[in-house]
Amino acid sequence: MRPTVKFLNNELIEKIISEARELLCVLGAEIHNDTILSMLADHGAKINCGKKHAFFTQDIIDKSLSTVPHSFKLYDVLGNETHHFHDYNVHFTPGSAAITILDYKTQKIAKPSTIDYVNYAKVINQLTNIASQSTALIPADVPENISDSYRLYLSLMLCEKPVVTGAFTIEAFAIMKELQIAVRGSEKALAEKPLAIFSCCPTSPLKWSDVTSQNVIDCARHSIPVEFISMPLSGFMAPVTLVGTLISHTAETLSGIVISQLSHPGTPVLYGGSPAIFDMRYETTPMGAIETMMIDCAYNEIGKYFGFPTQGYISLSDAKLLDAQAGCESSMGAMLAALAGINNISGPGMLDFESCQSLEKLVLDNEICGMVLRMIKGIESREDFPALPLFEELLKEKHLLIAKHTRKFLRTEHYFPGTVIDRANRARWESEGATTLWERAHQNVLRLLKQYTPSALPDSVKKDLTDLMQQEARRYGMNTLPEGCL
Amino acid sequence: MNILTQISENLQKGNDELVEALTQEAIAKNLPPKDILDHGLIAGMNIISDQFKAHEIFLPDVLLAAKAMYAGMNVLKPLLIKDKIPSRGKVVMGTVQGDLHDIGKNLVSIMLQGAGYEIIDLGNDVSPEQFIEAAKTENANIIGMSALLTTTMPVMKKVVALLKEQASAGAIKTVVGGAPVNREFAQEIGADAYGFDAANAVEIVNKLSGH
Ligand code: B12
Repeated sequence: MRPTVKFLNNELIEKIISEARELLCVLGAEIHNDTILSMLADHGAKINCGKKHAFFTQDIIDKSLSTVPHSFKLYDVLGNETHHFHDYNVHFTPGSAAITILDYKTQKIAKPSTIDYVNYAKVINQLTNIASQSTALIPADVPENISDSYRLYLSLMLCEKPVVTGAFTIEAFAIMKELQIAVRGSEKALAEKPLAIFSCCPTSPLKWSDVTSQNVIDCARHSIPVEFISMPLSGFMAPVTLVGTLISHTAETLSGIVISQLSHPGTPVLYGGSPAIFDMRYETTPMGAIETMMIDCAYNEIGKYFGFPTQGYISLSDAKLLDAQAGCESSMGAMLAALAGINNISGPGMLDFESCQSLEKLVLDNEICGMVLRMIKGIESREDFPALPLFEELLKEKHLLIAKHTRKFLRTEHYFPGTVIDRANRARWESEGATTLWERAHQNVLRLLKQYTPSALPDSVKKDLTDLMQQEARRYGMNTLPEGCL
Repeated sequence: MNILTQISENLQKGNDELVEALTQEAIAKNLPPKDILDHGLIAGMNIISDQFKAHEIFLPDVLLAAKAMYAGMNVLKPLLIKDKIPSRGKVVMGTVQGDLHDIGKNLVSIMLQGAGYEIIDLGNDVSPEQFIEAAKTENANIIGMSALLTTTMPVMKKVVALLKEQASAGAIKTVVGGAPVNREFAQEIGADAYGFDAANAVEIVNKLSGH
């Protein structure tokens, strides 16, 4: 049986949805995008153009809900299926868009550059429990206007996994779309085999900026999947109660669904988010707070109630170093998210309120994900009945180490974490250098960097990608891409 | 109990109506407005910020106290102006161009206001020219800038550079903050101070304005 966890019953879910719909109809949403406002007006919404405000109707919401796909797939750069977002399937993806990277040697943070991104892409390509890559760092050695497209470029060049990404401006979308089309060959091929998911964030409470709302419609027009990232902050930009925060999250996410589905019915979306409680002592948005995780699991249940695939920013930590807090918050999150069946779980590698990536943490988190993925396979009987013959064999042989049953089920019943997780006895651990988790994680990073083999994406496609990126860089005054980018 | 102590204590409890009434009473008793401000309202606010820093109280307690502070200030303001007592200072606040993150900036504004500063909030997506224009027309002493994106931090540098070209250079100070910003960056671009949270913002602004 696959283990699951639930926080809401259907009665409460229905009440939350009904309140959220009322908010959208009575209070409406502020949408800084004239195309969307007139589209909503065409569908019967009341619009206040001066205030950029739209009042939704129950009809518009129903219509939009009816066209959302209940599942969709992602494919890697080579076109192989890697993700099937539906039901209780779960996939992990690294936390995206960190401001800094944690340096192993100095244990200090630094602004990432191209070489850090390259290393990240090489490592994530090989971490088997993390199904996709994300554009996890913002390289600081290219002009700001291309920092979002450049990270997508590096990702597509170096790592085969599909990408979770996002644009920082309206203009950046065009090149980010072109890069994907270059990989697939045509716009149609891209629509058939999605390669990337774009994160699009409403602003709490009930507001859409021109950038993020335009990103939603641009993605919809090209059938590029979107994950909605609503971020109500309990007690600050949303009610302090978890239910109140869920109402806010539901209203914002429904407004995103309306924008995407009216623009292009059937566009794949993930019912996602990155809500948090607001810590009233430190003025921060703790992702490692248990209440934050409960809100994540609960809105995922609301998404599932609609029948939609879900996403969540959970399984990350607010610790500043790879310490016990980092491990505890990340594993608590990963565990709850997987039990709740969040389909796309964003977080691995991330520290410090979604602001710092660490390759060493990524390696550790890959093991956490591995254990969690094992856990949700649950406990199943595997030729365990009748028990008598196996126990007779045990009594006769004095052990089952080489029994056929052991050999058959050992590797599926037990998950074997890599060397970052210490399972040696003390004497052996001491004889092997008495290493800390930090050191073992770093050894693994070095090993992965050394054994990296280039992406099998054809050279001709890599050349097209590079030409596109170079052209874009030139537009913003950079004649040659940074050293080490290939 | 001394009426100024009463003002301070009720401000700490967030009793805005009582603080307003007590401020009126103190004025009626002919206490100098500057004393009411310094030893009543600001004295109370100082205790609140120390307690907040020590985690004895939480953000809502600070904001309630700040609300009580405005209630007293509203009564006091005309008298302070009449006595030509300079206001604590005027701060132009905004999130820089291209950036829509305004939660931190709003919190800093609220806390500065609570500490007695006048805030001109330009909102988010504010261009360098808008910052400078507002600081000049409003006669502000400080420009406070917030950035949450790696890609928008450079706007801060433009504001500082543009300000240095102006005749009034030096009269208007700049303070910066936000997740990707740090002390080294502030120094590098020539900003006058960096603040890591709202309470810290009050400290650095106090220091810059000589309080
Ligand atoms: C909430 C949030 C949002 C909300 C913002 C809502 C709002 N009204 O502000 C929404 C959902 C809209 C949003 C949108 C986006 N976001 Co955002 N967001 C965040 C998040 C999670 C928290 C920010 C926050 O409010 N913190 C709470 C407040 C209280 O803290 P604060 O802002 O740091 O402010 C404090 C101090 O810094 C200081 N301070 C701040 N300003 C000032 C100014 C002065 C003068 C002083 C003295 C002090 C000071 O005092 C404040 C009080 O303590 C951060 C993560 C993070 N670690 O910061 C990401 C984050 C900043 N966002 C990020 C991104 C990528 C985006 C988007 C581009 C996503 C997208 N693809 O659409 C868009 C931005 C669009 C745009 N052009 O701006 C990235 C930035 C990556 C980077 N390297 O630049 C982050 C780090 C998350 C991530 N890893 O993806 N976001």
